[in-house]
Amino acid sequence: MIERFDPLKGERLQILNEAGEVRADLEPALPGEELRRMFGHMVRARAADAKALKLQRQGRLGTYASSRGHEACQVGTASAMDGTDWLFPYFRDLGTYITLGYPLEDYFHYWMGNEAGIRTPEGLNIYPFAIPVASQILHAVGAGMAANYRKLKIAVVATFGDGATSEGDFHEAMNFAGVFKTPNVFVCYNNQFAISVPRSRQTASATIAQKAVAYGFRGVQVDGNDILAVYGAAKEAAQNARSGGGPTLIEAYTYRMGDHTTSDDAARYRTKDDVLEWEKKDPVARFQIYLKKKGLWDEAYEKEVQEKAAEAVEKAVAAAEAKPPASVEDLFAFTYAAMTPNLKEQLTGVAASAKEAAR
Amino acid sequence: MIMTMVQAINQALSQEMAGDDRYLLLGEDVGRDGGVFRVTEGLVDKFGPGRVIDTPLAESAAVGAAIGMTALGLRPIVEIQFMGFIYPAFNQILSHVARLRNRTRGRFPVPLTIRTPYGAGVRALEHHSESTEALFCQIPGLTVVVPSNAYDAKGLLIASLRSEDPVVFMEPTKLYRSEKQDVPEEAYEVPLRQAKIVREGKDLTIVAWGAMIPVALKAAGKAASEGVSAEVLDLRTLAPMDRETIIASVKKTGRAIVLHEAPKTCGLGAEIAALIGERALLSLSAPVLRVTAPDITVPLPKSEDYYYPSPEKLLRAIHEIMEF
Repeated sequence: MIERFDPLKGERLQILNEAGEVRADLEPALPGEELRRMFGHMVRARAADAKALKLQRQGRLGTYASSRGHEACQVGTASAMDGTDWLFPYFRDLGTYITLGYPLEDYFHYWMGNEAGIRTPEGLNIYPFAIPVASQILHAVGAGMAANYRKLKIAVVATFGDGATSEGDFHEAMNFAGVFKTPNVFVCYNNQFAISVPRSRQTASATIAQKAVAYGFRGVQVDGNDILAVYGAAKEAAQNARSGGGPTLIEAYTYRMGDHTTSDDAARYRTKDDVLEWEKKDPVARFQIYLKKKGLWDEAYEKEVQEKAAEAVEKAVAAAEAKPPASVEDLFAFTYAAMTPNLKEQLTGVAASAKEAAR
Repeated sequence: MIMTMVQAINQALSQEMAGDDRYLLLGEDVGRDGGVFRVTEGLVDKFGPGRVIDTPLAESAAVGAAIGMTALGLRPIVEIQFMGFIYPAFNQILSHVARLRNRTRGRFPVPLTIRTPYGAGVRALEHHSESTEALFCQIPGLTVVVPSNAYDAKGLLIASLRSEDPVVFMEPTKLYRSEKQDVPEEAYEVPLRQAKIVREGKDLTIVAWGAMIPVALKAAGKAASEGVSAEVLDLRTLAPMDRETIIASVKKTGRAIVLHEAPKTCGLGAEIAALIGERALLSLSAPVLRVTAPDITVPLPKSEDYYYPSPEKLLRAIHEIMEF
């Protein structure tokens, strides 16, 4: 399927259009139960995202990067992954984390300001999301090289935004991936903005997907608000990676519906009209129409999904807020495998000051 | 067996790789070419191109990819061709290598060794003579190691490779082949974070490392002929530092000179002088002195001698500190 959409010819893979109409020849054969699960993840991601924004305004959560509008990119990508695959995400990946089963309470806990929240539970192959832009793509490539070395049939997924493609690490990662034929799936959420700078200022290339051509592997641009397109491309790319076919670059063409983070004000650099145009392409609403046409959705079901999502989110927030604060010891204990005499001495000092302050 | 530091490092790599298939070597020209200093000579024949990997010319990618390898349980060894070219990888080292253990509360440590030749005094090209250890010593989570002889090079490298913490292993190019030493055939560790007194003395302590050790020993020899007994302390691990050995020595001698080939300001000498001030002030008979490179860019070869600390410069400082 990927081969049929040449980014150099301006072709973009879309399976489900804005009206909820499906291209039957490309439609993934997914059981209703799986489609509903994907919808559930999208709804939960959106609910959790809205909650995080509220908590931030109430001072209960720190600066936060919203994922609103990226639900198809994130849930579609993660749904294409197997349990043995690896994810190297970035800071805007809430739906990906939710789909892969990362505890939502931990995700909130991190954004509330505690490192413990980013400690991936054993058994989940999620590397902690990277904040320095594009740096994680190299980690994914190295994990891909390790998979080749160990002859593991896994796919290693890296996610990043359009701004990341301007960084040197993006180039180095794509180049290594091509040279070493790594089992990578690179998913670029092209949401049109790197904070305030538009995509047109990141690259003069007509598409991001076409960059793959120069690195010697396949690239495809997909409609990033169409979960079936993202899922279909990611699934095929992952299977290709697992079977030794090398890397694929997927450009998921989407839009960042929210501000860059809670510290940003997108009204400074884009118009309301633009945002309204993209509201019409909403990934969750579009998938809902699809499910309805398939007889998998009605008002009662929607209510049930929304209630379940709200309940899960409230539970996660309560659990995150109930967690004990980080101990002073924890701040020092993981700098080296064993605490050095110097750190022990400094810890004693910090702990004493903390005690005094608490008095 | 009598060998150079280059041979000792090669043997350490070869022995550890033979015993544990989690070790992979990656870098520029490390394969067929055996590295520009021939440190990895023959390893590609022993372990194959799947384990001794010639990478595209990209330092950030070599270190970044190595990080990803550790996620899957490997223990990669990255060679950065010269310390002057390590900076494209600085973001990966600072933001991830050193940080991930803490960031993930122990879930994803990065047992990675980054080897890099460093230092002046070999009439090298521009950008090939840097000694920027202080940049790395300030990063929490990193271990910075510098051997000064073949025996230590083998033992310290093996200890670094076996360490659960990431290590920046700096190899003094000036000493790669300058002298030979008897090095045991079997694998052994020289413990990290332990300084070594390489010459005992009672009048003053010279703290140095890497290529400055022969300089310190030469000056100490001359001082001895003048009746001054200088102790030479080889720091070996620069971070985290063996503070106890420094303090014990200075408490014994009452005087200290720090010798390094990096620029003076904010160099490691400043940290060591401050440490001595905090912990051994009342033992001092004179201020702590620093003999270092000046705060200028490393010059091209014709002017290198103005830059590089010499035994004569150190001897002048010894006179100064004894006459205080």
